[in-house]
Amino acid sequence: MNFETVVFYVLSAILVLAGLRVITAKNPVHAALFLVLAFFTSAGLWLLMQAEFLAITLVLVYVGAVMVLFLFVVMMLDVNFEQLREGFWRNLPMAGTVALIMVGEMALILMSPEAKLGSYHAAAPLAADASNVKELGRQLYTTYLLPFELASVVLLVGMVAAIALTMRKRKDNKTVNPGLQVKVRRNDRVRIVKMDAEKPAKPETGDAAEQQA
Amino acid sequence: MNWADLNLLPASTELFMLTAILLILLVDMCLSDAKRGITYGLTLLTLAICAVVQVSTYTPYPVYAFSNMFVADPMGGMVKLAMYATTFAVLVYSRQYMTERGIFSGEYLALSLFALLGMNIMVSATHFLSLYIGLELLSLSLYALIALQRDSVQATEAAMKYFVLGALASGLLLYGISMVYGATGTLFLADVAKAIAGGSANHVLLVFGLVFIVSGLAFKLGAVPFHMWVPDVYQGSSTALAMMIGAAPKLAAFVFVLRILVQGLGALVADWQGMLVILAVLSMAIGNITAIAQTNIKRMLAYSTISHMGFLLLGLIAGTPEGYSAAMFYTIVYVLMSLVGFGILLAVSRAGFECEKLEDLRGLNQRNSWYAFLMLLAMFSMAGIPPLVGFYAKLAVIKSVVDIGLVWLAVVSVVMSLIGAFYYLRVVKYMYFDDKQDNSPIVVRADMKLVLSVNAVALLVLGMLPERLLMLCVEAMKQSLNAL
Repeated sequence: MNFETVVFYVLSAILVLAGLRVITAKNPVHAALFLVLAFFTSAGLWLLMQAEFLAITLVLVYVGAVMVLFLFVVMMLDVNFEQLREGFWRNLPMAGTVALIMVGEMALILMSPEAKLGSYHAAAPLAADASNVKELGRQLYTTYLLPFELASVVLLVGMVAAIALTMRKRKDNKTVNPGLQVKVRRNDRVRIVKMDAEKPAKPETGDAAEQQA
Repeated sequence: MNWADLNLLPASTELFMLTAILLILLVDMCLSDAKRGITYGLTLLTLAICAVVQVSTYTPYPVYAFSNMFVADPMGGMVKLAMYATTFAVLVYSRQYMTERGIFSGEYLALSLFALLGMNIMVSATHFLSLYIGLELLSLSLYALIALQRDSVQATEAAMKYFVLGALASGLLLYGISMVYGATGTLFLADVAKAIAGGSANHVLLVFGLVFIVSGLAFKLGAVPFHMWVPDVYQGSSTALAMMIGAAPKLAAFVFVLRILVQGLGALVADWQGMLVILAVLSMAIGNITAIAQTNIKRMLAYSTISHMGFLLLGLIAGTPEGYSAAMFYTIVYVLMSLVGFGILLAVSRAGFECEKLEDLRGLNQRNSWYAFLMLLAMFSMAGIPPLVGFYAKLAVIKSVVDIGLVWLAVVSVVMSLIGAFYYLRVVKYMYFDDKQDNSPIVVRADMKLVLSVNAVALLVLGMLPERLLMLCVEAMKQSLNAL
């Protein structure tokens, strides 16, 4: 058993345990943190398989961005997790059966000689100075240039659609346009009206006092 | 980097279109709602220039670009020209309708062009990856376009339904593609065809993948039993969007199916023929019979679309170049007919009134005899009554099925077509033999009136002189398929 195999088994054990804790942890924040551990460990496994670019992307994208957002949401939203967990024992038999069937199916494929998995050999080891990133970049910008550029167009459509669907001008909006404010003249705001001077009306109380006298 | 592999000239239309869309988005940002006509003009100009570039870069044989990921061949070129014309007509017809409902925005025009770009990619892709990305570009734009009418609960529901079912269909398609990849080890359609012909691929795995691919394609075409989304989406979305979904995307979907099934999995013709027979018979039967029970004209046209997809599949079932060109002819004709049908519905609708019920067309002849006549042409053509072009389209696909000895299938399709004639003629009865109940005048912009008239009269003219278009289809198909 060489060093690589030892590392593989250690990482795998951590991954399986972390995965188990993701679904068994009572506190959702703990579950999310265990998911981070699971992603990080699988990145380590990918490193062992010489896929360093994928490993780094996994850490950057999932651990760095997605999971942080996830934690943010979990902490921001006031979700009643007790309520979510209510039907656990009732649904367990059904879910367990489905899980068992899935395990059985995978075992059938992996063990069966009919699947001819033996004909798929392990990839040849790469040269010491072979660079994953360079190779991926070369593929993306030569052979796969069209799908790569189109994927960016798809993202652009997503952006345009998201803005078009959510941007709404509020009717009760009270913002002011500074340009218009500066341009305003006295005549726009003040109107001078010519009129005769008004005499104050005679006080009513005076009449009443005279009558009494 | 090998520049010869890139070879951008065949893709110049797509490159121009993308640049134009980005410019239109930028220009539209600076315009107020009153000046939306400028964006509209730019969009139509883009379509016209695309058509010119398409014609000027035409080659009578396939040319590859983007390291063989993209092909420009006569079939693709012809379908693309039809798509530009269709999108042009859709935008002209929908302008007044969308303006009256306050949804004639720059995004509407830009997303329509994005959808067109996606369709262009679907038509020209030679690799499963670019095929799929083109499809997603089209679908995402369509989902967003339907949902643009945010204040309508029905439109939002239709967009949601379309989105969920579309995602399911994409999933099925991708699963099938992954099986094919597993069996052949490549995603290039030409290499897939070679690997299958070489006999080294695992046949069971291929057929397993084929089932999923055919299901995904049937979903996208709207063929029974994967048709449930079509009536709901047509009814829920605004009439203009229903017209858009039923027009150019059908052309793109046809070529999409052809590229995958014929150019990629052509060696499995014996396997997919049977599947398509089931889809075609069910589509023709359920589409035509259910349409009779509809009172909502958009729903009726949706079921009519389903039945037309059944007829289109007849041409593919034949598995011969004649069959494929007949199916191509059928698709182009179907799109022309459905444009007229929806165009009239848009013309009769006005601010605050949707022409949705069959009764809304009552006495159309008394209100405006010209539009009633145009609708009559569309309905007769859809029913397949000579001398309108719908008859020749049906004749061509049925003939291709008879040629391979499937006479029973031809008989079934003729019977179904007869059943379908009932509900098309019912529309004509409402228009000509019932008294009008709605006296409001039909006001239509002059440009829409012109395009709509040309579009409808084309049904009659093409019906009398169908050889020219049919020969073009045959020629384009021959040049494109021989090259493999």
